[in-house]
Amino acid sequence: MLGYFSSWTDFLGMGGHGFYVWLSYAIAALVVVYNIVSVQLKKRIFFKQAKRRLKREQKQL
Amino acid sequence: MKITMPRWFYQLASPKWFYDFTGILIPWFALASAVLLTIGTVWGLAFAPPDYQQGNSFRIIYIHVPGAILAQSCYMLMAVAGAIGLIWKIKMAHVVAKSCAPIGASMAILALASGAIWGKPTWGAWWVWDARLTSMLILFFLYLGVMALHSAFENETSGDQSSAVLALVGLVNIPIIKYSVEWWNTLHQPATFKLTEKPAMPPEMWLPLLVMIFGFYCFFGLVLMIRARTEVLERESRTSWVKAIVEERA
Repeated sequence: MLGYFSSWTDFLGMGGHGFYVWLSYAIAALVVVYNIVSVQLKKRIFFKQAKRRLKREQKQL
Repeated sequence: MKITMPRWFYQLASPKWFYDFTGILIPWFALASAVLLTIGTVWGLAFAPPDYQQGNSFRIIYIHVPGAILAQSCYMLMAVAGAIGLIWKIKMAHVVAKSCAPIGASMAILALASGAIWGKPTWGAWWVWDARLTSMLILFFLYLGVMALHSAFENETSGDQSSAVLALVGLVNIPIIKYSVEWWNTLHQPATFKLTEKPAMPPEMWLPLLVMIFGFYCFFGLVLMIRARTEVLERESRTSWVKAIVEERA
């Protein structure tokens, strides 16, 4: 029993609208993942470059 | 004329203070968005009753409406932050405005894509050139325009100012999106939530939607803060406080 659905198959089928419902939720998941990954990537790239710059500056001293 | 603002306004405008303060907020926003989005998704997908006409395809509403609301809220924040940056010459406001654009664009894609998928079983077409859909597509292009314009400038300040002006001009599209369902005959249904009226659906249907909307707002706040923090570090990379943070990490 899963809320309004009698079985998992029923839940996945969404009364014949399974394709539409799951496709749109997949896109929503992708948007969430994109936002998390892109900000983490931006952060990682900054620190990588900043550390390199720091090392260069320390060598010159 | 000089307009004086309260103290917190200027504190928030200090890059270091912004970095430290958002550092405290981020874990709470992460927790809130994880909890709200999980509850909202499970509730909306399995426990909300199906629509008597649309059946289960109506469950798309739980991501479609929050995505559309966030795309518009994010645009308004971007334009207002840009205006604050232009008027008071506050660097931090431009950081926020710039960070809004890619997040808002992703929310506009979500609203458009989930709307198209929802349209197929409901209207029989993936896309119609309806006022609401078209104005939403323009919103997406405005985000792309703001991002493209900003990246066209070598100089950060010029990019900030030009994209702020474009964002402000594009603000005219926001009321058009809102009233498109009233001004023109459209296939799109009117707003689910209105401040002046009770929702047309029963609470079992709109409560999970409300949870999802709050969840999306928390998530937006979360990614906006993380994005803006990195943007601050990039712009302030020559200052001693940023160097100290980099050293600590090395």
